[in-house]
Amino acid sequence: MKRSNRFRAPAIAVLAAAALAVAACSSSSSPSSSSTGGSSPAAGASSGSASAPLTASAPGITSTSILIGSHQPLTGPAAPGYSEIAPASAAYFSYVNAHGGVYGRDIDYKYLDDAYNPTQTATVVRQLVLQDNVYAIFDGLGTPTHLAVESFLNAQKVPDVFVASGCDCWDQPTTDPETFGWQLDYIREGKILGQYIAQHFKGKKIGYFYQDDEFGMDGVKGLDDEIPSSMVVSRQSYVDTNVNVAPQVAALRASGAQVVVSFSIPAFTALLKLTSLKLGFSPTLVVSNVGSDPITLSGLLESFAKQGGATVNGNSLTDGIITDSYAPSLGDAGNSWIALFKKVHAEYDAKAPFDGNVLYGMGVAYTFVQAMLAAGRNPTRADLVNAINAGLPQGPLVAPYAYSMTDHDGVTGAYIGVINNGALTPEGPVLTTDTSATGAITPYTGTQPTAPASGIPAP
Amino acid sequence: MTGMTTRSTPRVLGVALATAVIVALLSIKLNAFRDYQIAEIAIEVTAVAGLTVLTGLSGQISLGNGAFMAVGAYTTALLMLHLNWPFVLVLVLAAVITAVAGAVVGVAAARLHGPYLAGATLLLGVALPSVAYAYQGAFGGDQGLDVNFTTPSFLGVNFPLTRWEAWVCSAAALITLVLLANLGRSRVGRSWRAVRDDEVAAALAGVNVAATRILAFVVSAACAGLAGALLAIVTGLVAPGAFTITLSIALLTAAVIGGLGTLPGAVWGSLVIVLVPTYATDVATSHGLSSSVASNIPVAAYGAVLILVMLIFPQGIQGAVRWLLGLFGISSARTRQRADVPDALSPADDTPTVKQRRSASPEGSSSGNQ
Repeated sequence: MKRSNRFRAPAIAVLAAAALAVAACSSSSSPSSSSTGGSSPAAGASSGSASAPLTASAPGITSTSILIGSHQPLTGPAAPGYSEIAPASAAYFSYVNAHGGVYGRDIDYKYLDDAYNPTQTATVVRQLVLQDNVYAIFDGLGTPTHLAVESFLNAQKVPDVFVASGCDCWDQPTTDPETFGWQLDYIREGKILGQYIAQHFKGKKIGYFYQDDEFGMDGVKGLDDEIPSSMVVSRQSYVDTNVNVAPQVAALRASGAQVVVSFSIPAFTALLKLTSLKLGFSPTLVVSNVGSDPITLSGLLESFAKQGGATVNGNSLTDGIITDSYAPSLGDAGNSWIALFKKVHAEYDAKAPFDGNVLYGMGVAYTFVQAMLAAGRNPTRADLVNAINAGLPQGPLVAPYAYSMTDHDGVTGAYIGVINNGALTPEGPVLTTDTSATGAITPYTGTQPTAPASGIPAP
Repeated sequence: MTGMTTRSTPRVLGVALATAVIVALLSIKLNAFRDYQIAEIAIEVTAVAGLTVLTGLSGQISLGNGAFMAVGAYTTALLMLHLNWPFVLVLVLAAVITAVAGAVVGVAAARLHGPYLAGATLLLGVALPSVAYAYQGAFGGDQGLDVNFTTPSFLGVNFPLTRWEAWVCSAAALITLVLLANLGRSRVGRSWRAVRDDEVAAALAGVNVAATRILAFVVSAACAGLAGALLAIVTGLVAPGAFTITLSIALLTAAVIGGLGTLPGAVWGSLVIVLVPTYATDVATSHGLSSSVASNIPVAAYGAVLILVMLIFPQGIQGAVRWLLGLFGISSARTRQRADVPDALSPADDTPTVKQRRSASPEGSSSGNQ
């Protein structure tokens, strides 16, 4: 008798505690799930009338608020720099909320940390969709992370707008109709950088340095469309978990490359630069937009050098780096968008430095407000997707968007620039192109509209 | 001896069935995200149970079980992608193939002890997921492979996928726990404990030390492989970013927090690992903290729980449970608590004190009392 008790008691305790733990979960979650309900009522479609009362037209939408969610690397290796993006978006939404909101509704932006780990992305996005009942997932950051939830979001018919990654994989309107890119995709970017190199460095030896994943390989695909293969003397890739790039840099040096094109994240652009210095190798550097934000880069250069026991001036090391940008230059004080976002930044997000990440977060938030306004007064989830499919007017970015029923890529072009004393100096016109190997690269003839005086897009 | 085993097997089955009923009821009552968390907990339990047997019973440490999960996950993805086999078969095969990988590692591991074994398995945990980058054509590189998992047609079209996932994962976890509980009580389990406590004594008693140690790795790897397979079908994507060294360390952390060497401990540890970060995030985001503070609270909470448990209950949560039960005199847990930890798997015979156990294995039959 005694024996059986002894065995049973722990087992019962485990069961009881497990039941308690899960019951505790349910009590905290039931209000949110019951208040917003599961499927969208049909009433939302009647969004035409300007005086129609605001209704809970879709999951996540109430008469007073719109709840959207996101997954972001707030901790872990991808956090430096990228963790500024979501707070910047939230700052812009706060600005919009303080100035009347979207048709009177406040935007409530809930972004959760996935530490750039796809398993965690899968968890937090399910939490946002299944438990918090967000209206849409907005600006989910990262290629491998977001791929872990793309099919889930499309199966659930949750709008998956403006993924923060330039992978061409977001442009699949037939299989993934809910998913939209936003930033310049890496193929277009590779083509634009490639054309510049082919034109400006004729007869020089070119070396590639790229991240061994979709990002780097899409970029190389674009470069190869424009740069004759006879010019390319070395192709070196790196994996973002191995910070020793000395073998790659040594190979580039040995190949005699005079120009090195780098499709790298900021940390590896810095490692490339510092390792080159150490090996006495000083090619002209051409770096993709993702890895070339001057402020982030100069900070990384200084902190990496410090770890190695050296002192460098970050700004002087970034001088002369050629890159491209699809957003106005941060240093362009005359640009109305920079002025607007600077104002919002000073008011709502002053602790973060005003760098490319903050500009990105605010720009993508502005685009989301554009899309929400186009979706109508009482939008369903489908209304948002339809509104983006109908095309969005050009906003904070220098080139128009590609959005249509058959194209879910974001911005279509960029300009070349040179980093000069920590700021990007534009060089040449805005160039637009498509993702095909033969698609022409043409200067953009339109002009970027000025930012609205109110700071909020017109409906 | 035989009588005891036949008595306890129905008991284990009874507990497993009762748990299954509770999980099924919870999965129906709770929302879809909680179902997903049940699946996550079950996956964690499967992997941690395998590790706690390896480390707690056979005395071998592994920092590479995350890599075994990767093997199981990639096996699943490849089988479902190319051959489209039924998932139950895929799960079994994933466990089998990972067990083979575990045997290979086990052969090397059987020669190593302590920090050297930890180092070797750490290497495995770091290196193996990188294979996915090296062979992008087969493994999809950084992007990984898609896994398409749906509810079976007999449940109807409106059956929630997350509930089905919770059922599948919980069933797999419970079957794993039942099998491990029986294995721990069997001759194999006794040999593990004998080898753990004193290799020389075990060898003199006729236990094949190397084979016993390798078998522990095989069993542990099979559990990790099954967990990886479940993770693959639940997240719908297998990518190397999910199998970093952090995962291997999290598994060991869960085993230690729960109570090393005990199967209920594996459940406790998994509950902590899965639920604490989510709760901490909810708390942090609902108190309007700045994002840089709020985002680090889950990590801090995780660390705080680990430190507190280790300070207050060095034998893990299961040790605390036993102590509490002993306080209330519910069972003879007081004597058990004083004894060494890994006895939850041992049969319910009289447990010797720690000192006695150092020199003799707990069961006075085949391998004890030399």
